[in-house]
Amino acid sequence: MEILVILVPLALGLGLAGLAAFLWSLRSGQYDDLDGAAWRAIADDEPPPETKADLAQAKR
Amino acid sequence: MQVTRDFSHYVKEAGPGLQHIDLAVEGVHCAGCMAKIERGLSAMPDVTLARVNLTNRRVALEWKEGSLDPARFIDRLAELGYKAYPFETASAEATEVAESRFLLRCLGVAAFATMNVMMLSIPVWSGNVSDMLPEQRDFFHWLSALIALPAAAYAGQPFFRSAWRALSNKTTNMDVPISIGVCLALGMSVVETIHHAEHAYFDAAIMLLTFLLVGRFLDQNMRRRTRAVAGNLAALKAETAAKFVSPGEISQVPVAAIHPGDIVLLRPGERCAVDGTVIEGRSEIDQSLITGETLYVTAERGTPVYAGSMNVSGTLRVRVSAASEATLLAEITRLLDNALQARSRYMRLADRASRLYAPVVHAAALLTVLGWVFWGASWHDAIVTGVAVLIITCPCALGLAIPTVQTVASGAMFKSGVLLNSGDAIERLAEADHVIFDKTGTLTLPDLEVVNASGIPADVFKLAGQLALSSHHPVAAAVAQAAGARSPILSAVEEAGQGVWATVDGVEIRLGRPSFCGAEQLVKDADLDPEASVVAFSKGAERFIISVRQGLRPDAKAVIAALQARKIGVEILSGDREAAVTAAARALGVVEWRAGVTPADKIARIEALKARGMKVLMVGDGMNDAPSLAAAHVSMSPISAAHLSQATADLVFLGKPLGPVVAAIDFSRKALHLMRQNLWLAIGYNFLAVPIAISGIVTPLIAAAAMSGSSILVMLNALRARNVARRV
Repeated sequence: MEILVILVPLALGLGLAGLAAFLWSLRSGQYDDLDGAAWRAIADDEPPPETKADLAQAKR
Repeated sequence: MQVTRDFSHYVKEAGPGLQHIDLAVEGVHCAGCMAKIERGLSAMPDVTLARVNLTNRRVALEWKEGSLDPARFIDRLAELGYKAYPFETASAEATEVAESRFLLRCLGVAAFATMNVMMLSIPVWSGNVSDMLPEQRDFFHWLSALIALPAAAYAGQPFFRSAWRALSNKTTNMDVPISIGVCLALGMSVVETIHHAEHAYFDAAIMLLTFLLVGRFLDQNMRRRTRAVAGNLAALKAETAAKFVSPGEISQVPVAAIHPGDIVLLRPGERCAVDGTVIEGRSEIDQSLITGETLYVTAERGTPVYAGSMNVSGTLRVRVSAASEATLLAEITRLLDNALQARSRYMRLADRASRLYAPVVHAAALLTVLGWVFWGASWHDAIVTGVAVLIITCPCALGLAIPTVQTVASGAMFKSGVLLNSGDAIERLAEADHVIFDKTGTLTLPDLEVVNASGIPADVFKLAGQLALSSHHPVAAAVAQAAGARSPILSAVEEAGQGVWATVDGVEIRLGRPSFCGAEQLVKDADLDPEASVVAFSKGAERFIISVRQGLRPDAKAVIAALQARKIGVEILSGDREAAVTAAARALGVVEWRAGVTPADKIARIEALKARGMKVLMVGDGMNDAPSLAAAHVSMSPISAAHLSQATADLVFLGKPLGPVVAAIDFSRKALHLMRQNLWLAIGYNFLAVPIAISGIVTPLIAAAAMSGSSILVMLNALRARNVARRV
């Protein structure tokens, strides 16, 4: 049963880490726009202009 | 005269050398719009941040100080196809946002504690029937206490505060039994743990708080969403006025930046955004939004004008007066206050349930303790059983029963174009059995439309439309829109209060008053709709009459029929002329109507119906309707309504059709049905669980299973509020 000495603090520590992560995400405004976040995940990134130029050059 | 737009009122400092503005944007609804707006705005030089919030339809913008004029962002968004306007967070909305974050934080803490306490409780439950040592059990109980006590102290704040407020006002609400239950459960568990007892209820107490916080958060979130949308709508109305900054120069400034004594310019076709007195100019003004009267009023030097009235023909200079001096508005506000006081007497379903609930439960717990002592149990055992009764009856499912249904129903209503202004509106709307409609702007569309387009040759009508583009007059705008005209006639000249004329291919064309076009005789002979306004059009020697009126909403007749099919009484009360109201009532098949009604008469009529035991739904839009909206059992306004009406109405509907009125009634009836069902489910669960608790055989395991079981059942049932057959 000595294993409890390690397991119980470990479990609580993980739980607290989860809580801290949640509070941080709340503070940094990640729950302010849930609808938008859902769409942003699947939106295509437009390559920055210079990369586009590079691509065009590479094609030539 | 030079016109500039001044948005400095809305610009905030966002750090060294950075400026920030929030814009409300109309028509953003997908990822495509989001990307388009963000790219379009980021491409502007010196813009450091452009981020769309899709939930509340706003854009946050930051740019380097001094390099850009905020008006350019609005122009850029207009080029991209979005209407936008600077937005200022109302203090009410800011409080809601802060409150909602606090609840979410509490919920996070409570959920963390629940999971960890459960992790410790399950070994105890299984250990109790197997080989757990008492020392190990005590250790786990103490650990649970270590987690649950601080977590409950933090996450329970919303309930403890509300309960304390209620008690210090010598009333009671749902939070009183919740707070007592949680505190007793925790206190008893600590005592039991000290005495090395087998059962502790830390898990039950903290789980109860978690479930209740879910309900609280949903309720809060619904309110916040409505506030945000209402805030956007107010911003998008873009209430600005052309203020004279010097005798020859005007600046388009937001109404918030205008003070009494300022002089503003009111051009033809503009809606007045302030109260004031005309100091120069002569025009006709349309006060239908304020008085319901559709005939124009002549305004000249000394005439008072009120916010919401439309300037029709000439240009006016108006000196802004303090709102309190405006007698009409003061009168309306006074009526409004009285009516709102009457409204607050309505008791919500949840409050009624809690008023019954608390005494019953506390009496049951007390009787349990006394009963066990009477039958020879020790005081310790009796009190433990009594507290178990309190824990198991704690209104966990009861706390979720109503907010979950409200959230689902308001989401569904939002999709069909109805916004809720107040949380208990659903309950009240479901009870409505008599609907009173205002006519102007409610049954009819707020914009004018051409009635006799088919009677005019198409090419002539098109030419009239092109000519109309050169005028600001609202009737001209209606003609231009009906004709689908795009390219204006460049040489057109507008004569204030008369009309516009131009020469095309050597032929003179005129559009305006019949006298301006020499068509008086034609108008006199024609058989015209009494409601319509008439303009004439002449091309050379040819003369035509164009008749313009406010058309009925496209589905108004079907909606009235649908209401009547639901056995809901329909009635029209309008401040407009008798002829106009008769025509509308006849077209819609409404038997009961009154014309020329004043705001006070409307309230009297509503009170008379109330006295007969009817629950009245008032649908109106004008400022003159605001008091009657407040006096009615429940009220609804179209989105085009005057500011005051919109703030007073319980529900606001969007778009041209009237259909959302019926949809809202259907959704709220279904929702009320489900709320009642949920309450019965919660009560039924208590009915089963209480005898078990009184008999003293409840273990923490039974309490936890029963609590989560009933909560999930109630939540699943609430999801059904979405499914309502659409029948209009």
